[in-house]
Amino acid sequence: MAKIIGGIGTSHIPTIMHVFDTHTNTGPYWEPFNEGIKPLRKWMKEKKPDVCIIVYNDHGSNFSLKNVIPFGIGLANEYLPADEGYGRRPVPTFQGHPELSCHLAEHFNEKEFDVAMSFELDVDHGFSVPASILFGEDCQEWPCKFIPLYVGVVQYPQPKGNRCYNLGRAIREAVDSFPEDITVAIVGTGGLSHQLQGPRAGLINQEYDKKWLDGLINDPETTKDISLTELIRETGSEGAEAIMWLTMRGALNKNVKTIYRFNHTPVSNTNYTTVILENE
Amino acid sequence: MTRYEDRDYKDIPGTIVFDLQTCIKGYELNKFCDTLNQEDARQAFLKDEEEYMSRFPKLTEEMKDGIRRRDLNGLLDMGGNIYYLWKIAATLGLVMQQAGAMMNEPPITHAEFQQMMINGGRPIEGNRSIKENKERSNG
Repeated sequence: MAKIIGGIGTSHIPTIMHVFDTHTNTGPYWEPFNEGIKPLRKWMKEKKPDVCIIVYNDHGSNFSLKNVIPFGIGLANEYLPADEGYGRRPVPTFQGHPELSCHLAEHFNEKEFDVAMSFELDVDHGFSVPASILFGEDCQEWPCKFIPLYVGVVQYPQPKGNRCYNLGRAIREAVDSFPEDITVAIVGTGGLSHQLQGPRAGLINQEYDKKWLDGLINDPETTKDISLTELIRETGSEGAEAIMWLTMRGALNKNVKTIYRFNHTPVSNTNYTTVILENE
Repeated sequence: MTRYEDRDYKDIPGTIVFDLQTCIKGYELNKFCDTLNQEDARQAFLKDEEEYMSRFPKLTEEMKDGIRRRDLNGLLDMGGNIYYLWKIAATLGLVMQQAGAMMNEPPITHAEFQQMMINGGRPIEGNRSIKENKERSNG
């Protein structure tokens, strides 16, 4: 049977894609970040998951405001990096795992989650930056297959934290009942504190982020119920992307081990944060 | 549901939550920005901005003027969504922190914004709540 071997949380800052793609992540500004992500790459090399489910949001790249969806899943054989205003990233095409995608989509339906199904999907930095962080900026061929799990955090009302968490639980059930012997890692992306828009742009609240991440790890049943207004107020309008980490957390056991945890401010406008969790 | 003007998130300073009302207001602006996900559109915009904007009769004069003046805060007020407005910034080759500096009140330089981030970012104290700020200043 398939098995979830761990959950990862990571911010998905677009500046990282620019510096990775132009090999300019050098010098004292980038050094702490470069060092800080090394354990993620090591974990991935050691654990070699067959599939990574990346929980991410699109930033007006593949999706538009014409039809707004709260949740979506990719069911394609492959996913191209999206042109989000700069041309497509020069990274390899992401290979999908349509069999597991179909199994997930059918399980969501059983559990009465309405998840939109995308048979063609271009993935933007929300998805591809975490992949480059986890597998290296010079990756010539991705070492695993991918499933994009989309959460609509652009348009309010957004899905509530509780629903994101419960979607994670549904993912766990689906993976546990998938008949193939494969290993799966689940990656929650976005956050933590950052605000891109308006006069409050640049907001960082490291203290709140730390407390929130403690809660996510040790007491997710409480953390999932934090209101979106509180998240926006305390961590910035884009900091509310953190709800996607709840989906990752929901796919893990009640008790988890923290294998690694790191944060660094600033990476662009963000308190870059990452965590590796394994089931206890 | 609570009326839009009474929503709790309206109390967050310097922040527009992109709710349904905002989306409806800024729909044509965001739709325009969305077209810049294509290379030929970006080239057309860069070659002749006025001509490119004229292809979108539903863009209001106010929106066009906001685009001309790179008035990001003004465009946000018109219902622009930051991710969509970012398509204009990307086309112009702006980096995120330049945009942050332009949206500061009053605007600051790119270097000043970068330094603020290196110093730990904009602090939450004084930026949490409009009501709280008012109470303090009446203090």
